[in-house]
Amino acid sequence: MLLISCPYCGPRDEHEFSYGHEAHIARPTLEQQNTMTDAEWADYLFMRKNPKGVHFERWVHARGCRQWFNVARHTVTHEIIKVYKMGEPAPKLEQK
Amino acid sequence: MSAQKNRVATGGRIDRSKPVRFTFDGKTYYGYQGDSLASALLANGVTLVGRSFKYHRPRGIISAGAEEPNALMEVGTGARREPNTRAPQIELYDGLVTASQNRWPSLDFDLGAVNSAVSRFLPSGFYYKTFKWPKDGWMFYEKFIRRMAGLGTGPTETDPDRYDKLYAHCDVMVVGGGPAGLAAALAAGRAGARVVLVDEQSELGGALLSERDRTIDGKPAAEWVAAASAELGNMPEVRVLTRTTAFAYLDANMLSCVERLTDHIGPNATGPRQRLWRIRAKKVILATGSIERPLVYSDNDRPGCMLASAARTYVNRYGATPGQRVVIMTNNDTAYQTALDLTAAGVSVAAVVDLRANPTGALPQAARAKGIEIIENSAITHVKGTKQVREVDVQALTSDGKGVTGSARHLYCDTVLSSGGWQPTVHLHSQTRAKVVWDDGIQAFVPGPIMPGQNNRSVGSARGAFGLNEALNEGHNAGAEAAAKFGFSNVTGNAPSAEAEPDAQPLRSLWIVPSNVPVGQGGKHFVDYQNDVTAADVMLAHREGYVSVEHLKRYTTMGMATDQGKTSNVNALAIMAGLKNVSIPEVGTTTFRPPYTPVTFGVFAGSDKGDFLDPIRKTPIHQWHAEHGAPFECVGQWHRAWYYPKPGEDMHAAVNREVKATRDSVGIVDASTLGKIDIQGPDAAWFLNMVYTNAWTKLEPGKCRYGFMCGEDGMVFDDGVTSRISENHFHMTTTTGGAPRVMSWLEEWHQCEWPDKKVYFTSVTEQWAVFALNGPNSRKVLEKVVSDIDLSEEAFPFMTWRDCTVAGVKARIYRISFTGELSYEVNIPPSYALHVWRALMTAGEEFSITPYGTEALHVLRAEKGFVIVGQETDGTMTPQDLGFEWIIGKAKPDFIGRRSHLRSDTKRPDRKHLVGLLTENPNDVLAEGAQVVEHVKDKPPMTMIGHVTSSYWSPNAGRSIAMAVIKNGRNRMGQTVYLPYDGKVIAAKISKPTFLEDGAPANG
Repeated sequence: MLLISCPYCGPRDEHEFSYGHEAHIARPTLEQQNTMTDAEWADYLFMRKNPKGVHFERWVHARGCRQWFNVARHTVTHEIIKVYKMGEPAPKLEQK
Repeated sequence: MSAQKNRVATGGRIDRSKPVRFTFDGKTYYGYQGDSLASALLANGVTLVGRSFKYHRPRGIISAGAEEPNALMEVGTGARREPNTRAPQIELYDGLVTASQNRWPSLDFDLGAVNSAVSRFLPSGFYYKTFKWPKDGWMFYEKFIRRMAGLGTGPTETDPDRYDKLYAHCDVMVVGGGPAGLAAALAAGRAGARVVLVDEQSELGGALLSERDRTIDGKPAAEWVAAASAELGNMPEVRVLTRTTAFAYLDANMLSCVERLTDHIGPNATGPRQRLWRIRAKKVILATGSIERPLVYSDNDRPGCMLASAARTYVNRYGATPGQRVVIMTNNDTAYQTALDLTAAGVSVAAVVDLRANPTGALPQAARAKGIEIIENSAITHVKGTKQVREVDVQALTSDGKGVTGSARHLYCDTVLSSGGWQPTVHLHSQTRAKVVWDDGIQAFVPGPIMPGQNNRSVGSARGAFGLNEALNEGHNAGAEAAAKFGFSNVTGNAPSAEAEPDAQPLRSLWIVPSNVPVGQGGKHFVDYQNDVTAADVMLAHREGYVSVEHLKRYTTMGMATDQGKTSNVNALAIMAGLKNVSIPEVGTTTFRPPYTPVTFGVFAGSDKGDFLDPIRKTPIHQWHAEHGAPFECVGQWHRAWYYPKPGEDMHAAVNREVKATRDSVGIVDASTLGKIDIQGPDAAWFLNMVYTNAWTKLEPGKCRYGFMCGEDGMVFDDGVTSRISENHFHMTTTTGGAPRVMSWLEEWHQCEWPDKKVYFTSVTEQWAVFALNGPNSRKVLEKVVSDIDLSEEAFPFMTWRDCTVAGVKARIYRISFTGELSYEVNIPPSYALHVWRALMTAGEEFSITPYGTEALHVLRAEKGFVIVGQETDGTMTPQDLGFEWIIGKAKPDFIGRRSHLRSDTKRPDRKHLVGLLTENPNDVLAEGAQVVEHVKDKPPMTMIGHVTSSYWSPNAGRSIAMAVIKNGRNRMGQTVYLPYDGKVIAAKISKPTFLEDGAPANG
């Protein structure tokens, strides 16, 4: 079971959290929506990275403070490399 | 008391003053307090304890620990019967009932043993090869094969025992209470660190419990263990858990452990039976010891064949000998200690057969000095005796060790002990997905580098340091270092020390001990006892090309039994390496996965079962519904009144009466479960514009509006009425089951996408009780209990809300309708709910007010064509598909799902549309979920064009009504379609999804 450091509450067991999905997927602006093709829209809607290595992802402290935040997690080792608040940029990490 | 013929007169850790009675296969035996089931059976001379998995070969006890592959027992009776427990790990108690497994009709005479006679037709992979013809043959054979090749049977009754769960956190967790673990816990504990020490046995000491004459710090080992246990027990920050198996090493240094609280007492014990511990440690010290490997020799599974170290444990710890006359075969020096200990206990050691030439280590010399015969450079080639070893043949090895030469010597014996070296118990290390690496010196896998994110260290024989002093030193240093790292640097005392290890020579790896006939042609060389995999099976797998370790495992089932190959994995890998002529690490190793030993399901469930499996939510007047005979329907976690049967009424009659009374006069329903979210802030209206498909900016305070929420994929996600309380304040309602999902949805979009918007969400579902009055007389009822506002159509029109006082209680009434009738939803604080409900019931008496449940609610809304999200929708329906083109805000720039509504596929005119279905025979009520076809064929497949989403008998329409989603449905009005199911075909006409003659729209 992962140990996740909620940026607002501190380290807590994984079972207090819910996984969301890949982080840093910006919602297209209205102008972009109106000019993008169906395929491009589908890409925004459905296509997600599935790396072997560091994955930037969004979690919520669902059974705690209910705040969303971002996590950089290694998909092979399950190591949590960094936890950072919503709106902060993805940290630059050496790819492990 | 019957004599225990293999019980040593003195010695061991059993209490001879406390005899314990137990039964095995219905026969009564006696052992002593402190015995394991295995030691008590051996003491009583019971060597045949089970039948093997595939060949039903007679089997005896192999080991004295968790690695036991053969002696699997059913323990207990009735609902408490537990299969596949390992006899060496079962503590004896008075009245213990045990039984052998996988035999019929009896252990002694087992019909399944015919498999052994035909074993050449049951090679590895035989399941795949033999029973696949004819095509459906497997279906026929399977049930017979399952019965023949089975383990124990689980109970069918509900588990009567209680189970517990606890969490713990510590600086240092030590797994294993042997010398290394004790030294580690002492060092860390003395420094003041918070320590948890777990050990699977009934008492601390580990391998030291099996020692006869070792000393530590000048004291006999047992005394040192007792002193260490007492010292640890007195440390306030140290928790010692015995009878506790660390069975899973999970992420971020969390270990799952099962503590067996009452299994050694029996069914009369009080309190929980077992406890699941989840222990999160800053540092984990793995002092899990090592497991002896058996040698792979011909017919090495005959009852009486055992590991050399196990015999030592039985004689030294339990005062029980495996037999009266023993032959030992070994490839290393440690088995000589067994020879010495057995001799000291008065057991005759016929000979030690050493695979090595000229053994001159300290222990072999000591054995020679005691007059024990050593037959060097030789091997046991035959084991005679079926249900008990009678005799062995010994022959000299050829120079390459691959064959034997010379004439055979015959040695009479009842027990054959073997030692093939030692494999560190790397299971927990491996469970973290860290690698193990091959150590040529000890011919075993040792822990490799640990995983990032984990913090552990293997010490003592768990990392391949087999000497007692090494274990004590490494344990002490690991404990002290870990404590110091977490701020407890005041370590007192030195590492405990023992006398020097006897000089030893290296082991000789001879992974298949040859016989005088080729492997596979004479006796069986078992590698995996539990799954009946032999050296010949590994060779067959190799010949057939299954050479990768993962293929080898799956093809032969080697290592895939409940023991996970604790005694077999290395032998199998080494044999494969020999066949491929590569080194062992090149063949690879298998990854160990949890659990280390099997864990009962009950302990995972804990108290989360029955009524405690999931929370139950009840409305404030739940009791009133119960008192009025309502059965309850589960809607999510809510229990909602389903219908209120009067005496003599069945469900159908009750629902018809409720539906009719509501349309004719007035009905009342407890709608408190409706999801409610309070939304406030200057950007609240902007936010609603984004999450709903329609426009909210211009909604005036005091008014209500119905809306659909879509996912970004454009599909309907929830619906409900939202009301504007004031400029920056809205009251949202959601579906009963969807409330938590909608709340999370709003929070996620706000926090992640539009965090600068000033809007706040509060769940108020349980802050408001809601009673909906429906029907033409609902205003008249309400007028009797509301005096402070004008309820007239002009003053309080449809889709508005008013604050007022109902029966003396501050209330908010919404004039919204889910029945199409005149309707008022009365919202009040839940503490006044019963009072207000009763006041409404009293006021309604003269109009025969009728309480109705969820079933009538469904019929009433369907009669008017109201959809239920999750019933008419399934995540593939857009608002347009449902016929709600009007609810899409054309003027709005953006909302969630908007772009998806512009996709070519969602714009198609022939998507599945929500329509009504009128059966040709008005008395046919369609099955919900029934498939709709245009053209009926004799049998499937038929082209399906949709399915029924809702279907009821409508007492107001006087016929059946149904809603369905059908391809291009809106353009098929009046067309007849067919619903073939349950051996009949029902014809129905596509209609609009509203079913009452007046066609009154959703208002009232």
